[in-house]
Amino acid sequence: MDTLFFIAFPYVALILAIGVGIYRYFRHPYTYSSLSSEILEKRKLFWGSVPFHYGITVILLTHLLAALFPSAASWLLRGQIRRLVLELTGMALGLYALFGLIVLIIRRLAPKSLVQATTSYMDGIVLFVLLVQLGSGVGVAIFNRWGGLWYLDTAVPWFWSLASLHPDMSTVAALPALPKLHFLTGFVVILLFPFSRLVHLVMFPIQYLWRPYQVVIWNRRPAGTSPYSKEVSR
Amino acid sequence: MNIRSQVSMVFHLDKCIGCHTCSLACKNLWTDRPGTEYMWWNNVETKPGTGYPTLYEDQEQYDGGWVLEDGKLRLKLGSKKSQLINLAYNPRLPTLDDYYHPFTYRYSDLIDAPLGDDQPVARPISMITGEDMDIEAGPNWDDDLSGSPIYAANDPNLKALTEDERRRFFELQQLVYFYLPRMCNHCLNPSCVAACPSGAIYKRGEDGIVLVSQEKCQGWRMCVSGCPYKKVYFNWNSGKAEKCILCYPRMEMGEAPACMHSCVGKIRYLGVVLYDADRIEETASRPESELVEAQREMILDPFDPEVIRNALSSGIDRKIVESAQKSPIYKYVKQWRMALPLHPEWRTLPMLFYIPPLLPVTATLNQQGCYEMETDFFSSLESARLPIRYMASLFSAGDEEEVIAVYRKLLGVRIYKRAQTVGDISMETAQRALDEAHLTPEDVEGIYYLTALAGADERMVVPPFLREQVVELGIDTQAFQEERGAGFLYWPKRGL
Repeated sequence: MDTLFFIAFPYVALILAIGVGIYRYFRHPYTYSSLSSEILEKRKLFWGSVPFHYGITVILLTHLLAALFPSAASWLLRGQIRRLVLELTGMALGLYALFGLIVLIIRRLAPKSLVQATTSYMDGIVLFVLLVQLGSGVGVAIFNRWGGLWYLDTAVPWFWSLASLHPDMSTVAALPALPKLHFLTGFVVILLFPFSRLVHLVMFPIQYLWRPYQVVIWNRRPAGTSPYSKEVSR
Repeated sequence: MNIRSQVSMVFHLDKCIGCHTCSLACKNLWTDRPGTEYMWWNNVETKPGTGYPTLYEDQEQYDGGWVLEDGKLRLKLGSKKSQLINLAYNPRLPTLDDYYHPFTYRYSDLIDAPLGDDQPVARPISMITGEDMDIEAGPNWDDDLSGSPIYAANDPNLKALTEDERRRFFELQQLVYFYLPRMCNHCLNPSCVAACPSGAIYKRGEDGIVLVSQEKCQGWRMCVSGCPYKKVYFNWNSGKAEKCILCYPRMEMGEAPACMHSCVGKIRYLGVVLYDADRIEETASRPESELVEAQREMILDPFDPEVIRNALSSGIDRKIVESAQKSPIYKYVKQWRMALPLHPEWRTLPMLFYIPPLLPVTATLNQQGCYEMETDFFSSLESARLPIRYMASLFSAGDEEEVIAVYRKLLGVRIYKRAQTVGDISMETAQRALDEAHLTPEDVEGIYYLTALAGADERMVVPPFLREQVVELGIDTQAFQEERGAGFLYWPKRGL
């Protein structure tokens, strides 16, 4: 059972996420969108979207950076004060994001909400899986303390073993149920990525920062001509 | 000189009767789909009024357009970084309530109602949810000054007037209004393009039409806030931004845009103008009082051999230069200096110009209780019924001289033609009026002809779009004909 969940499933999720994600990007670019519903409802969106997005962005980046640079992360966490500060910050951000997610769920489900006009089944699935994932993450932080530290010796080696195509789940198989659920739903989120609105997270338009303000596209000029007008600077 | 051509428009407001035919022609053609029910790419507003969406002119609330900061143009919306930070929640986005909740009626109630003593009525239902609803607003809820204490009294342009002027404005016998048709201005310095994080909005190089690439748009909604005219809309169903496309599919087939073609009052003029693209930033950064004149300066004389030579070397086709020579826009905006841009102080260099309406300004109530035109036309502008300052707030960034100059011309043409045809004004007086207006009798005949007599093909000079050249550039024309058709390659289905 563990082999299925922690070796086969992560590979399936990752391959589909990358493969379908790329296929969808090139074949159906029209469907890559944040699918905002702000125009229909704005007040609850503020209390939901802002905490959720800021919270989850920092938490996700921390997970990613710690997995990429385990030695730096372990240095950070070895100091007791540093560990306490980091764990508390993480906990606060987790609760912040969880609060936002719950507001977003209420916003979708509220009776007579205009947002329901744009809600698909997939939105419901995404919200549910994210709720399990965020809830289990905060749960791990409460019931299996100092996760930041043991994350580096359990999940990170497992990630690296998956990445190097020598899958070894021995470091995670012995963990309690709650962290295991968190790992599993993590890969469910990755699996959902290419099939849901989650695709918008790779579309973060960072290129906007160095693009000139004005965009001009010519019909009657050869392809490859820069679409950016030179007349108006950044 | 880097010369480009731009499809541009003039609206003669004296002729607008506020019938909304333009809006309906547009609606039927482009925005009769789920998600676009509330959009009116073209709408007609009563002025004074708060417009659609409500109070869109109040940039303290919406932060649209550009501002000058230390001589540099900046989006009023904020820096690029602040926009990326606001992607999850755009604080400056209008909601549906600022437009209106789109509604229809359950007409089946009229047929299906059980037999009873009362006449059945069709209940209003939401076009978004399909549920029963109470109608609270519409896109032209303040038509003809209805609900003036709520709408007209809150017009942001009234800030330019004194307390006393504002009070007089709303006295029953003084009430005055006119219509303002609005659509995308296809600006030279569009702030919606500049605000789009994904680079989905662009200006077409050949004709200056501003379009949203539906494939690149990811629904970050910054364009809606960035446009001070609120003429980019968010389709709640597809999750994409949409806006006026100036009926480019019609124009590419040589037809005028639907709003122009259907205009009952024949108020709309269309044509191509040539401008110097190297001067966009410099022009948009000029002090407020110079903006109108600077924008006029940018528009080039299509008869000047120097301009023609430069245009051809900038890649503009000779046929387009010829079209620019026939353009009514060049005459109204540059030659006669009668058409002014709407809210030039937002610094987007809008390419849709308005001839301010004369009649509500100068008509006064006479002894018999009839309205008639002011006879003392030389001083009448100072005592205008609709204060010049209000018009200046709309059309010239507060510069009253610009508006007065236009009114002198409008009056001059009328007086001269009246002296000519009715004869109750002496030709001497008429000549004095022309001198004040800086017009020659030839100008008057030209203005009179284009205003009153010109046919559809003179009012709407659709330039050649030269699609055949586009095709030749990439592919053999025969192959193109065999391989491609018109329309979508696949159905534009909303993503999950």
